[in-house]
Amino acid sequence: MKKLHFLLFSVSLAMGTAANAQLQIEIAGVGSNQIPVAIAAFADESVAPDKVSAVIRADLERSGVFKVIDAGQVISDADAGQVNLNAFKASGANALVVGSVARQPDGRFAIRYKLLDTIKGGEISQLGGEVQPRYTRLQAHRIADDVYEKLTGIRGIFSTRIAYVKEDRAASRYTLAVADADGENEVVATQGKEPIISPAWSPDGSKVAYVSMENRKPVVYLQDLMTGRRNVISNQKGNNSAPAWAPDGRTLAVALSQDGNTEIYSVNASGSGHKRLTNNAAIDTEPQFSADGQTIYFTSDRSGGPQIYKMSASGGNATRVTFNGNYNISPRVSSDGKTLAWISQRGGAFSLYAMDLASGQELRLADGATEPSFSPNGKYIMYATKGGGRVSLAVVSVDGRVKQRLTTKAGNIREPSWGPFMK
Amino acid sequence: MRNFKSLAFIASAATLLAACSSPTKVEETPVVEKSPAAAPVADTRDIRPVETGTVDPLNDPKGVLANRSIYFDYDSFVVRADGQPVVTNHAGYLTKNTSRKVLVQGNTDERGGTEYNLALGQKRAEAVRRSLASQGVSEGQIEAVSLGEEKPKATGSNEAAWAENRRADIVYQ
Repeated sequence: MKKLHFLLFSVSLAMGTAANAQLQIEIAGVGSNQIPVAIAAFADESVAPDKVSAVIRADLERSGVFKVIDAGQVISDADAGQVNLNAFKASGANALVVGSVARQPDGRFAIRYKLLDTIKGGEISQLGGEVQPRYTRLQAHRIADDVYEKLTGIRGIFSTRIAYVKEDRAASRYTLAVADADGENEVVATQGKEPIISPAWSPDGSKVAYVSMENRKPVVYLQDLMTGRRNVISNQKGNNSAPAWAPDGRTLAVALSQDGNTEIYSVNASGSGHKRLTNNAAIDTEPQFSADGQTIYFTSDRSGGPQIYKMSASGGNATRVTFNGNYNISPRVSSDGKTLAWISQRGGAFSLYAMDLASGQELRLADGATEPSFSPNGKYIMYATKGGGRVSLAVVSVDGRVKQRLTTKAGNIREPSWGPFMK
Repeated sequence: MRNFKSLAFIASAATLLAACSSPTKVEETPVVEKSPAAAPVADTRDIRPVETGTVDPLNDPKGVLANRSIYFDYDSFVVRADGQPVVTNHAGYLTKNTSRKVLVQGNTDERGGTEYNLALGQKRAEAVRRSLASQGVSEGQIEAVSLGEEKPKATGSNEAAWAENRRADIVYQ
């Protein structure tokens, strides 16, 4: 709770971004516990469509974990041996990022980087890779992931992708879009004249399940992103909604109303084998698998208002998880299984909360929030937030210290789903 | 390029589907007078018959069946007194026209979570479905579904708009 008050005194950094999304970052308690890292401009990086060192810098700053120091010079990975590391140590940096970009005869770019230890001297890590020009940003995100992982011990999420829905209700235009985790590189996956909700990435990141109302009712579809091929996962009588993947990618849990009220079912990814998991006169919806696939968390109003429950992934008896407040919905579990994020309405406002499942201790992370989605490393939560008459996306770290907001020029963006780690 | 083509296909398929659906809009098809084509009449004593047709009460924009919305109180899933005649009128039509099928689409206001609102909208649709069934409409003629908070009739974040959006619509298929 104390941490939330810090946000009021936080520093806002407006990152200049080229495309249609713009990112605003608030970092609470700047300087405290941040790892100081110097970043040099990469040799010849102007030959590529994106400035690699700038993308790395923006990623590391956005994480809130690093205090980025501008090295103020170009340093190639080839010259790593001649760098005066003591000078960077004196400037407060614990590590230094150097690198180079070179155009290859086949048109690709060779992007190389080294992470140097300014305290002990020597090399902590290095990466090299040749990529198509359009993957320059992706390679920069991968380098940022490597820096993040080597210095924190936690896998980075800068090269992951997000899916979300853009809606322009006045124009009856609904778009399922996929973008880099920083909101750049937006690509349209699906577009239509009827609402799309609840996108959910397959565990391998190749497909997205979602609910489309193009048939005047909610039907769950599965779309292969690369081929654009769509299959119906569930089109039973009544509603078909809330798709959630089992970690093995073979089955999904969905919410269906074919029995009159909304119940949770499991269904094969092929759309066959519907199996009912809940049996209750109340609403049971929003299933979410735990990372080990053994447990399903879900929302039910069996006790009156909506609360979060858990049960075995094969169904059966449910245990209530939330007790504070009379409106608790949208459970999401972190990849390590330790943290539950959800939406709670207390005193009128809908807020994002996180609970340490072992101790039951709750932390309020953001107000005016709905539809949370964990980053695959469990360190950040993306959510939809209303403000200025529009819905946009925001990201908060699980400790509440770092907040970012993604804004677009027009319309609403909502229903975020953070994709998995990919090779 | 291939992706683009399939996208275009999806988009046009969606357009077609959307074109087929016109929720709650009353089709205004008045008496059809099939006037003879303006072809030259060869024989001045020829008579070409005209068929007047009949009005399906469903298509009468001034009839009781033109009202297809049932409104609900906040956090309520009970058909109010002002909604009972709407349900009764459509039950009367559907029991006489057993080949007709309806979708009952439940809706909620914008407050709260997407999926929970979808489930709440379903409770409203289900209340109307049960009411129609209790008045003799066969189960096979009705499908209760929900659009949740996704298709508000009234925009705006105030009680007047929210009241307008806590609604179930009867949509003929």
